Amino acid sequence: MTSEDRLDSVDNISILLDGVSMTYGTASGPVEALRDINLAVRQGEFISLVGPSGCGKSTLLRVVAGLRERSAGTVTVDGQKVMRPIPNVGMVFQAAVLLKWRTILDNVLLPAELAGLNPRNYRQRAMELLELTGLREFANKLPRELSGGMQQRAAICRGLLLDPKLLLMDEPFGALDAMTRDEMNLELLRIWGEASGARKTVLFVTHSIPEAVFLSDRVVIMSPRPGRIDTVLDIDLPRPRTVESRITPEFGALSLKIYDMLTGRQSGDAPRFVPA
Amino acid sequence: MAKLRGKFLELVPAVVLFVAIMAIWQAAVSWGGVKPYLLPSPRSVLDAMLDTSIDWWGHIWATGLAIVGAFVLAAASGVLLGTMIAWSPVLSRALMPFLVFLNTLPKVAIAPLFLIWVGYGILPNILMGALIGFFPVVINTAVGLSQIDHDMIDLGRVFSAPKWKVFAKIRIPNAYPYILSALKVTATSAVVGAIVGEFVASQTGLGYVIVTSQSSMNTALAFAALIYISIIGLLLFAVVGLMSRYLAPWAEGTDA
Ligand SMILES: Nc1ncnc2c1ncn2[C@@H]1O[C@H](COP(=O)(O)OP(=O)(O)O)[C@@H](O)[C@H]1O
Ligand SMILES: [Mg+2]
Repeated sequence: MTSEDRLDSVDNISILLDGVSMTYGTASGPVEALRDINLAVRQGEFISLVGPSGCGKSTLLRVVAGLRERSAGTVTVDGQKVMRPIPNVGMVFQAAVLLKWRTILDNVLLPAELAGLNPRNYRQRAMELLELTGLREFANKLPRELSGGMQQRAAICRGLLLDPKLLLMDEPFGALDAMTRDEMNLELLRIWGEASGARKTVLFVTHSIPEAVFLSDRVVIMSPRPGRIDTVLDIDLPRPRTVESRITPEFGALSLKIYDMLTGRQSGDAPRFVPA
Repeated sequence: MAKLRGKFLELVPAVVLFVAIMAIWQAAVSWGGVKPYLLPSPRSVLDAMLDTSIDWWGHIWATGLAIVGAFVLAAASGVLLGTMIAWSPVLSRALMPFLVFLNTLPKVAIAPLFLIWVGYGILPNILMGALIGFFPVVINTAVGLSQIDHDMIDLGRVFSAPKWKVFAKIRIPNAYPYILSALKVTATSAVVGAIVGEFVASQTGLGYVIVTSQSSMNTALAFAALIYISIIGLLLFAVVGLMSRYLAPWAEGTDA
């Protein structure tokens, strides 16, 4: 924990990770995925996790959601110790994982059905979300009739249906082309509540440094094997962020800083290849 | 309209080939000196099919019932066993060895035993067909229920969905294309099983007609019975095809 975090009052904290470690048992022996992770995430904060493949970002999201059991430490979400899958989390994965036999609308309504709520009461909200993401006309289409980007937007609508206070997103835009991705970033900030102030707490995994800088309040840089938190970097760019935010010198400086941390490059060296 | 015409045009080559084969076949028997008890002429097969002194409807009914019964039994028991295997690892470990053993048996060789166990009639033929046809349904059901994206399962857990609900909403629909593709195999096996059952012992049915035609060297009669059998088989196949289109339209064109 940084000293700044400690200044926050406890009710202001959404996620508290205290000495979290996680080891997978596999046929070829234990794999230590996370070691001694300490992090406090404020309510309404947008946090990105970046780091090389296999450094435990996906594992960390699932441990926070209570989907994987940690081997040590405590995870607290909204003041409750996480012991099992926590209810009403918006999960969005790299693949859209829509049910192929359901229409887009019925896919978006799935969380209500799974949670034992009457889907009829959520139809209007589902249609509003589809409208917001430009999918209104596609509500009654099957997933295979939509492009990859549209499917991913539907998956985000599904994640938002029950209006979760916590959003966990695992490289949700990884499969999109650069243009669509930039558009989706703006859309996500809008949905997150950048302007309204009623913000959700977001843990967002990405491989894209500019994406992390553009979206986040703070970027967590992880180092591999076993996954640890290397640095937490404040992104103090003004909000709401716009397309122009990307071309400011501050944006470039922050991106380069993360790049240097990930590659171990000294500032001023010639840039090196970024390991994916 | 144009689409329908296109479909008809697609059929033309097959129809032309069929007519050609019939013509050559008829010519070979009429003028080529092929003995009718070896190869009956198409004409005499048609005569046999329409011969009112034979109780065709009765035979078709008996065999049809055995085939449909075998198919339904194989489908129901296959889906049930496959679901049990996918539901619980303990059940899976308990059942699998027996099912695999049963599947390695030469099932046709069990037909005489069925007679001893359940007596004459349509039941042993149903059991024979079901025994030959159920295994692929078990396996495909179990596989279809398990082939779920791991993220999808996590999604179910986030909403604390009970296991039956995850089955009902996610796993079972996911398994439809797998089950249906197994049912296509089962449709064929049900026919084989029912006929084998009738071969072994029966007083009615199309399989029985074939056996009697052998003793009288009435090949035309056997051909007529074979054609009726394949018509039943094709109808069953068409029903499975319709089920696929209705139950798993999203998998149309793909072979799950
Ligand atoms: N289900 C699993 N079983 C065993 N090892 C796993 C499993 N999932 C991930 N791992 C291992 O844990 C480490 C972290 O994986 P992951 O969290 O997926 O990393 P990231 O998302 O950063 O790429 C990797 O070494 C990976 O091989
Ligand atoms: Mg990952």
